[in-house]
Amino acid sequence: MMGPELERLVMLLAKLPGFGPRSARRAALSLLQKREVLMRPLADALLAAAEAIRPCSVCGNLDTTDPCGLCADARRDRATICVVETVGDLWALERAHAHKGLYHVLGGTLSALAGQRPEDLSVEPLLRRAASGEVREVILATSATVDGQTTAHYLAGRLRDTGVAVTRLAHGVPVGGELGYLDDGTLTAALASRRPA
Amino acid sequence: MPPEPHIEAMTDLPPLALTRLTLSRFRSYPALDLATDAPVVVLAGENGAGKTNLLEAISLLVPGRGLRGARIGELGHRAAGESAGGLWAVAGRFVTPLGPLTLGTGVEDAAATRRTFRLDGAPPRAQADIAARAAAVWLTPQMDRLFQDGASARRRFLDRLVWALEPSHAREVAAYDTAMAERNRLLADGRADPAWLDALEDQMAQHGVAVAAARRMLLARLNAALAGGIAGAFPAAVATLDCSVDASLAEVPALAAEDRFRAALAAGRGLDASSGGARLGPHRADLVLTHAPKGLAAALCSTGEQKALLVGIVLAHAALITASRGAAPLLLLDEVAAHLDNARREALFAALPGLGAQVFLTGTEAEIFAPLSPAALLLTVRPGEAVARGAGARFGAAQRRVSGV
Repeated sequence: MMGPELERLVMLLAKLPGFGPRSARRAALSLLQKREVLMRPLADALLAAAEAIRPCSVCGNLDTTDPCGLCADARRDRATICVVETVGDLWALERAHAHKGLYHVLGGTLSALAGQRPEDLSVEPLLRRAASGEVREVILATSATVDGQTTAHYLAGRLRDTGVAVTRLAHGVPVGGELGYLDDGTLTAALASRRPA
Repeated sequence: MPPEPHIEAMTDLPPLALTRLTLSRFRSYPALDLATDAPVVVLAGENGAGKTNLLEAISLLVPGRGLRGARIGELGHRAAGESAGGLWAVAGRFVTPLGPLTLGTGVEDAAATRRTFRLDGAPPRAQADIAARAAAVWLTPQMDRLFQDGASARRRFLDRLVWALEPSHAREVAAYDTAMAERNRLLADGRADPAWLDALEDQMAQHGVAVAAARRMLLARLNAALAGGIAGAFPAAVATLDCSVDASLAEVPALAAEDRFRAALAAGRGLDASSGGARLGPHRADLVLTHAPKGLAAALCSTGEQKALLVGIVLAHAALITASRGAAPLLLLDEVAAHLDNARREALFAALPGLGAQVFLTGTEAEIFAPLSPAALLLTVRPGEAVARGAGARFGAAQRRVSGV
């Protein structure tokens, strides 16, 4: 039997990605068992984050400053913008230290079936940034799904008038991957994207 | 000259064989544990005994919707008075060219919308991992309607044949369908952004041409196999596609076919909007089958001739899979003797050993399968159980093993 406070905690935890009712109950129990070392610091961190973190008005990243730390960093290449679907994708690219330029977070992908239209995404701000004169290349780093590729194609068309170079991520063999374990689609994409050795 | 097919040659298990089938709350079976370690397994029983349920269970051990195309909510066992089935599971133990394999599938959560798989006890990384280890092809009485049904049933039949040889085909079909559904929605809204439509039509062109090319490749191989007499005494069918994108692929390379299809979609937006969807594309394709010896459209053939054409296609397809993978798929033949005359039935039984496949056959009369008896395990199916009557011996031998639980 759970009291209303615990029930509410479990219900809220169950709304987190990757959580279901069972894992939410486990997490709630673990928090309660580590009340001082985990639960209170977590509650403080959640409150502080909710108060301080805001979307960057330039790129859509999440940070405590606006513009965000990435947009304000003078060492980054301001001539290159990498367009990603979500802040999670931005974090993934930052973890890889693969991109030294700026970012632009779209906020999702186009999807007529899900009611996600161009005006629901950060498309116009991207076009304004691309046309600012400072940008030479826009890299479209959307997912290799139908919606991701449709969005990339759409953006490439809209960016054409700005005169900047528009590129897409390559699809192919993952680093450390063995060819024998790749699916046919990935192998076909890798062959199509081959380049001089 | 090739050796004559010989039933006794099938006494060894084929390279890919199901040796044990376990059902838990599946269809008419509360529980069942069945040894199937024979090259030919005959399931005999009265109508409604549960023979096809066993074939369906086997067909679900490979990815797809099984031989009935059923939704997962329909597969759970229903006790008297229950309106819907709940959790269910099917497991199979196999011998394969790469060693023993255990496959399982079922619904673990009442709220699940799709079934889950286990490969040697662990969730597979992708369903393609299962498709790479095990395969099954089937022929059911429902497929007899193929020639009378609409084009969509024939497209599904064709796509299943392609998918068995080219697992990525399912992904291309799904991607094409998604892009088309998005475009249909935009056109229906009446305020379509042209750049968005361009993007969706580009996706439709890429995936649509890939779908059409895979179908075209399969039909070329199938026609060549049938023309080469791979189906033995069964009449060869000639299969062609009635499809605008396929016609383009016959004339120009794939990239040019993409350009053509993309341009046709862009030019047809107005008409597509008023007709409620794309009027051109591989989603409109129809599989056209012709009885080669007679030069007659399959739809105009007799029921028996249609059945013989289908048997020929399924046998040729199984042979293509064998050539491609090195091991024959499981062959599931439901009530296959229906509509076949004695000569064709004998021809079928003679053709089976040459395929090197483990074969599961169902029928109401066990004696029909007597010519297969030296190699066959005969199981008498009664509601909720299957009883082995003899293996490696003539039909009618004493009961060897009771496997129903």
